[in-house]
Amino acid sequence: MNSSILGVINLIHESDEMESLTASRCLATVPFGARFRLIDFTLSSMVNSGINKVGVFAQTKYRSLMDHLGSGKHWDLHHRQSGLFIMPPVTDDVNEVRRGDLYHFYQHRDFFTRSTHDFVLVTRSHMICNIDFEGVLASHKASGADITVICKEESALFGGRARKVQIDEKGRVTAMQDHFGRMESDLVSMEMYLMRKELLLELVDTSLAQGQDHLVRHAIMSRVDKMRIQCYKYDGYLGVVNTLNSYYQNSMQLLRPDVWKSLFFEPGPIFTKVKDEPPARYAEGAKTSNSIIANGCIIEGTVINSILFRGVHVRKGAVVRNSIVMQNGIIGENSTVNHAILDKDVTVERSRELYGAEASPFIALKRKVI
Amino acid sequence: MGRKRMVAMLLAGGEGKRLGVLTKDLAKPAVHFGGKYRIIDFTLSNCAHSGIDTIGVLTQYQPLVLNAYLGIGSPWGLDRRDGGMAILPPYVKSKGGMWYKGTANAIYQNMGFIDQYDPDYVLVISGDHIYKMDYDLMLREHEERGADVTIACIEVDWKEASRFGIMHVNEEGAITSFEEKPKVPTSNMASMGVYIFSWPVLQQYLIRDEANRHSGNDFGKDIIPAMLQDGVKLQSYTFNGYWKDVGTLESLWEANMDLLSEQPALDLNDRNWRIYSVNPNRPAHYAAATAEIVDSLVTEGCIVEGLVQRSVLFHGVQVGAGSEIRESVIMPNVKIGKGVRIYKSILGEGAIIGDGVVVGSPNSESVTVIGSDELVTANHSLQEVEHS
Repeated sequence: MNSSILGVINLIHESDEMESLTASRCLATVPFGARFRLIDFTLSSMVNSGINKVGVFAQTKYRSLMDHLGSGKHWDLHHRQSGLFIMPPVTDDVNEVRRGDLYHFYQHRDFFTRSTHDFVLVTRSHMICNIDFEGVLASHKASGADITVICKEESALFGGRARKVQIDEKGRVTAMQDHFGRMESDLVSMEMYLMRKELLLELVDTSLAQGQDHLVRHAIMSRVDKMRIQCYKYDGYLGVVNTLNSYYQNSMQLLRPDVWKSLFFEPGPIFTKVKDEPPARYAEGAKTSNSIIANGCIIEGTVINSILFRGVHVRKGAVVRNSIVMQNGIIGENSTVNHAILDKDVTVERSRELYGAEASPFIALKRKVI
Repeated sequence: MGRKRMVAMLLAGGEGKRLGVLTKDLAKPAVHFGGKYRIIDFTLSNCAHSGIDTIGVLTQYQPLVLNAYLGIGSPWGLDRRDGGMAILPPYVKSKGGMWYKGTANAIYQNMGFIDQYDPDYVLVISGDHIYKMDYDLMLREHEERGADVTIACIEVDWKEASRFGIMHVNEEGAITSFEEKPKVPTSNMASMGVYIFSWPVLQQYLIRDEANRHSGNDFGKDIIPAMLQDGVKLQSYTFNGYWKDVGTLESLWEANMDLLSEQPALDLNDRNWRIYSVNPNRPAHYAAATAEIVDSLVTEGCIVEGLVQRSVLFHGVQVGAGSEIRESVIMPNVKIGKGVRIYKSILGEGAIIGDGVVVGSPNSESVTVIGSDELVTANHSLQEVEHS
């Protein structure tokens, strides 16, 4: 059966304080969880919820995004009539690229008008979660709301930045505030908005006519009193990953078996681009403890409290602790790496010592040789 | 349809009787191997790397798992506009239909498939072997020598020679004799079951073989000896890499163990020769604080809380705390409880091993096998669990 939801992953002006991790890629494609990219969680949730048409609105540094998503076939979004649509900015003037999401939605309005879906779900890419959107739609229909916003009751954000939401006893949103606001609330917005497609297109037109071009900040937040915005509470694992600190801390949360077992499996599996790496190989003297290790890794040394992406090689006598080593990293013989984030293709030569601190991990840029 | 220089015909209908419970519900080429693969992945990946884009996969015995696995060949890059992968089970023709009587008959019945591509050469391979081989190099030699048939061969252990097709070769590499599974082998040059035929020659012999009512319709037993007798130009192609027939439980276990040496003869990590397979989409595996893993392969989706030594863990395997897995092959989604000990065993997909169970023994000569979805509990009762 075809879903009545049209998926939109909105990367326009996505908050990004990831320092060098986003030097050459957008936030959506920051590697996360040993073999995934941030966008995989929302995209897989959409697919697992039966959504068969997804538009990704790209804005900047989207080479890695196009490379990662490709035709969409790894998420089973390679269909005849629907599937995955990547939409970079359409503009005559380079300055227009900086305009808000509503402007870009307007430029790509054919994407909306050509689809037969009744509802649109607008999301971001940096919410690490595993969620059934069909359940959200059922609740949206039952409540009769204009817009349903997905929220999570969360006190620990691990340094992630998210909008706060206040609701009344019936779950209607009474106030929304940006992360720097003073409003007291444990309710965090997951930046996922479900509404009828006509309403979104109406918001696009009226807002642009008034000189406003941001969906949430202008069109939604200013209409909290006029429209019925309902809150849907998600109760699975949530990681808000848009700062370096939150990236590191949320990665370390994956080492909790309860998080690993729920986030990656329930209600559906998380898909990503397939790499055809062989199983991880442990050598004679390998030692591992409390770590997540992807295929293609070769472990000859020691790995403790760490996350190794695909194809990482930890050579003899090397010790990796409390660290994240991305794809194809090499840790040379007798080197020690502690509290570090090593981007893709980083080589640590033999007998090196890299130390960061928990609050401020050591970061190595992509392809760096240390 | 466009012409193809060479079409591959992959024999995948074998029952694999000697693999016992492992092939109860699936064909031998679909048996799991090496932590994330099935046996057939190796030949299909060879084709992909050799630039072969048209493959007929001949299926017969228990094809459902294999069919679902192969799909339209996408994981091996074989979902092509022209050619690509075709699954060829026996089918009914205007004069009736029948099962594939033998390897040669399987190709005979699909001559129409091959003729669609009007090829110069036909590569006949089987989905039972573990090896990495560039068929294009073999084809070049076939052309350079002006051979009608080229058979890939490899030196095997004299002890094992009677399991294979054994040939004698002269200084120029021409094959002078060929005997299928000889009781007393006089050579240790074994056929790898990889043949390149010039298509018109093969076609002629397939038709002749089919007309002979006494023929067993088998390449090694009938076609090759007949060609030798007639003086057809049969050339050998010596292969020096790793090649293993995994037709028995012992050899399947051994081939898995071969992957665990420090410099494995078959390198799975070779970036220039990836072995492609269907991806199970699992997260990276989790090694708990109590885990101890040495000398082993562990695949995505596993949770390891115990000790794993010299073993191969497929995707989604769970090893409980206090358990010990030694010299074993644990197929996908096996759940191993706490305090379990497993020695020199092969555990079939989805088996469940209850707390405290001991499977196999450290000094055992033979390999212990637990079938798919079996439940083994502490009182050693083996009980079949229904497929869900």
